[in-house]
Amino acid sequence: MTLTMGEGDVQMSTLSAGGNHASESTTRGVELKVQEGISKYFFLAAASTSLLVMALIMIFLFREGLAIFGKVNAVSFFFGKAWYPTYDPPEFGILALIVGSVSVTLFSSLVAIPLGVGTALYLSVLAGPTVREYVKAAVELLASLPSVVLGFLGMVVIAPTMQELLDIPTGLNIVSASIVLAIMAIPTITSISEDALYAVPRDNLEASYALGATRWETMSRILVPGALSGIGTAVILGMSRAMGETMVVLMVAGGAAQIPSSLFDSVRPMPASIAAEMGEAPFGGEHYHALFAIGIVLFLMTLVFNLVATYISTRFQQKGASTL
Amino acid sequence: MVATSDIVIEVRDLDFYYGDIKALRGVSLNIKRNQVTALIGPSGCGKSTFLRLLNRMNDLIPGTRVEGQVMFEGQNLYDEDVNPVDIRRRIGMVFQKPNPFPKSIFNNVAYGPRLTGIKDKKKLDELVVRSLKQAAIWEEVKNSLDKSALSLSGGQQQRLCIARALAMAPEVLLMDEPTSALDPIATSRIEELVEVLKKDYTVVIVTHNMQQAARVSDDTAFFYMGEMVEMGNTERLFTKPEKQQTEHYITGRFG
Repeated sequence: MTLTMGEGDVQMSTLSAGGNHASESTTRGVELKVQEGISKYFFLAAASTSLLVMALIMIFLFREGLAIFGKVNAVSFFFGKAWYPTYDPPEFGILALIVGSVSVTLFSSLVAIPLGVGTALYLSVLAGPTVREYVKAAVELLASLPSVVLGFLGMVVIAPTMQELLDIPTGLNIVSASIVLAIMAIPTITSISEDALYAVPRDNLEASYALGATRWETMSRILVPGALSGIGTAVILGMSRAMGETMVVLMVAGGAAQIPSSLFDSVRPMPASIAAEMGEAPFGGEHYHALFAIGIVLFLMTLVFNLVATYISTRFQQKGASTL
Repeated sequence: MVATSDIVIEVRDLDFYYGDIKALRGVSLNIKRNQVTALIGPSGCGKSTFLRLLNRMNDLIPGTRVEGQVMFEGQNLYDEDVNPVDIRRRIGMVFQKPNPFPKSIFNNVAYGPRLTGIKDKKKLDELVVRSLKQAAIWEEVKNSLDKSALSLSGGQQQRLCIARALAMAPEVLLMDEPTSALDPIATSRIEELVEVLKKDYTVVIVTHNMQQAARVSDDTAFFYMGEMVEMGNTERLFTKPEKQQTEHYITGRFG
């Protein structure tokens, strides 16, 4: 394309002004071509860097993690209830850690989904412009809070209060960790849901009102169904965020590698275990490899969440407004 | 002079504001029963705004204000004890752009009746079939009621929207430039439909197409700059306009 344009320039300038200009134009054509080539390869390189880094991380993660299965069989790794990596002999059963992660993720979504989706609905249907602006700013601010700060809040405020009020052995448990995780997931759920609600054609809402539907009827029969795929995506991304979150669960979940028997038991979710133990695990040892294997499990779980989110957002996407 | 009972909607001194902007000034006119009333005028003259005031759709826009009266069957629509939801059930609306719900054809038409609490399958079936027939689209969709309404052509979608409005058995049907997004064939089908509909309904149609107004309407009101300049029998208005502005508009001097 560039080349042809360059040649075109050459011919035109040859016709109009003679040879001297022609050679200038050729140079310019070549320059353009070089410039375009360079920028193309630069961006290609930039794009491939992230791909490459991703691939290297995967290779590293799987190489270090899969090594544990040479020493511990997979069944006792995944389904073993005892996680005593520093005992002699050590036990590497991660079921309690998986249950820990799943329990805080599920319970936090029980809190975060109604609050997050409710906030989005409030913002898109009920809130006046001023209120809306403030609430949105607050939600965004919530998203920008460092997780360690939220962890502090959980440790210093939520956990002791809960311990005292309910008279339980420790406030560092599934419920308090879930509450803090929910606070973290709400901004994700709210902002993606709100986008989805906003994308529902206004025409459809008007049509509903014009048929004598109330605001509630229009919201429940037209608005929410129309935004359902986006809301589903929002929920799953929010959950995936909670699942992968490390600092909060490290600080607030209590850290006991046990299968909980109540919501007020301490747990040790997978990311907390990795973060707490990696510093002490001898390099290249079984413990070290076991922690990497936990990393693989965590990675696969969040990957599934994200794939489901993508699937939902494409599969249930409604066609836009009427097309002619 | 028509008897009072022939007048379905009587608008008296209607002013309308978008914030500080006065969009309508002192509009007074009568809509007659079982007739087609066309509202014409250049873009931005207030004709669509006026139409949306007749079923309180402008309530949905924040920062708007209404002064004056819209008497519908002897009751002012803007009295405090009037519920706009009830009004919209009695005064249906069809929009400029076909806007079927992303649901099946059946569920589009059944949407309104379901809102009123009709759950009986047989009753809904009857209503849907009757409405689709009235909107002259039954033959085209009778074998595909479960298909998405979005799979229909633009003209079919618009007739489906008319069927959806008719399913509420409204007393008045408001149409806001219903053919402006359609091709000539689809347009003529809608126009034929309007002719038939006026037997059972009172129709108010906004159009920027003067030929359309001339073809389908009995009465025509000409709006300009937020005011209702002239209203009368369509044939009279187009052949012997009383006001100069009307004459200029219909002869194409501006618009």
